[in-house]
Amino acid sequence: MNEAPLSLEALRAGDRAEFARMVAQYSPQVYRLGLKITADEQDAEDVLQETFVRAMKALPGFEGRSSLATWLFRIATNEALMVLRRKKPQVTLVEETGDADEEEGVPHPQQIVDWCCLPEAEMLSSETKAEMDRAAAGLSPALRSVFVLRDLQGLSVRETAEVLGVAEAVVKTRLVRARLKLREALSAYFGERMQKVSADEE
Amino acid sequence: MKNKGHCEDLLASLSDYVDGTLDGQLCEALEQHLQSCHNCTVVVNTLRRTVELYQQEEPDAMPEAVHQRLLHRLQLDDFLHEG
Ligand SMILES: [Zn+2]
Repeated sequence: MNEAPLSLEALRAGDRAEFARMVAQYSPQVYRLGLKITADEQDAEDVLQETFVRAMKALPGFEGRSSLATWLFRIATNEALMVLRRKKPQVTLVEETGDADEEEGVPHPQQIVDWCCLPEAEMLSSETKAEMDRAAAGLSPALRSVFVLRDLQGLSVRETAEVLGVAEAVVKTRLVRARLKLREALSAYFGERMQKVSADEE
Repeated sequence: MKNKGHCEDLLASLSDYVDGTLDGQLCEALEQHLQSCHNCTVVVNTLRRTVELYQQEEPDAMPEAVHQRLLHRLQLDDFLHEG
């Protein structure tokens, strides 16, 4: 891997080799971020390319107030949300208030089924993975971007807030809504699987 | 569900609870409630499992062709097989 830390100075000066190292280091994460927010491979590739094209142009003015990763994720998240907006113009950007999800409050749990005891193989099947992707793609862009940054990219609440340019309290509120919605979707799915498993055993 | 109002109040803190970042007093109140509320216990367990499943998900690898086209777009083709 690329052991030596990236040199900001070289990046700002337009050093191609250093930029190539930055691409090697961050492109898999940027691609995944784009893929999870847009839920489309072609869109994810567009997000990936636009992010690094923009980064290349903007690097000379990068002041290093946030980390390079945070800065790149911010560009990528904005690109991904813009792609969604172009496809569905009624979608509001994450910075804007008045998202329908904000009004709704925390969703009350409907599915009360304890599927934690299902066999591990059931949880890791490709069918389950497809269901997980479907559930995540069903979140509103505002909830999805918080969830993707925090739970899939592994950022902290603070870093997620920094990337999105919102308060930590907003991240926390969106995160609990996103997670409870995903729990609902997975509970409905695993609940059916549990019935199927017990029917097969008879 | 004996005490629906109480369960609703606790929902907002569940995310912090599964992350282990819920502050002391709230955490104590929640754990006390969980001892007597089956529904909330199921919600907490399945919420924790949901978050774990996503956090542990194997990332989709970036296809080699996507990587090649990226370097081409950035005019960095000469760095294709380095790093
Ligand atoms: Zn309860």
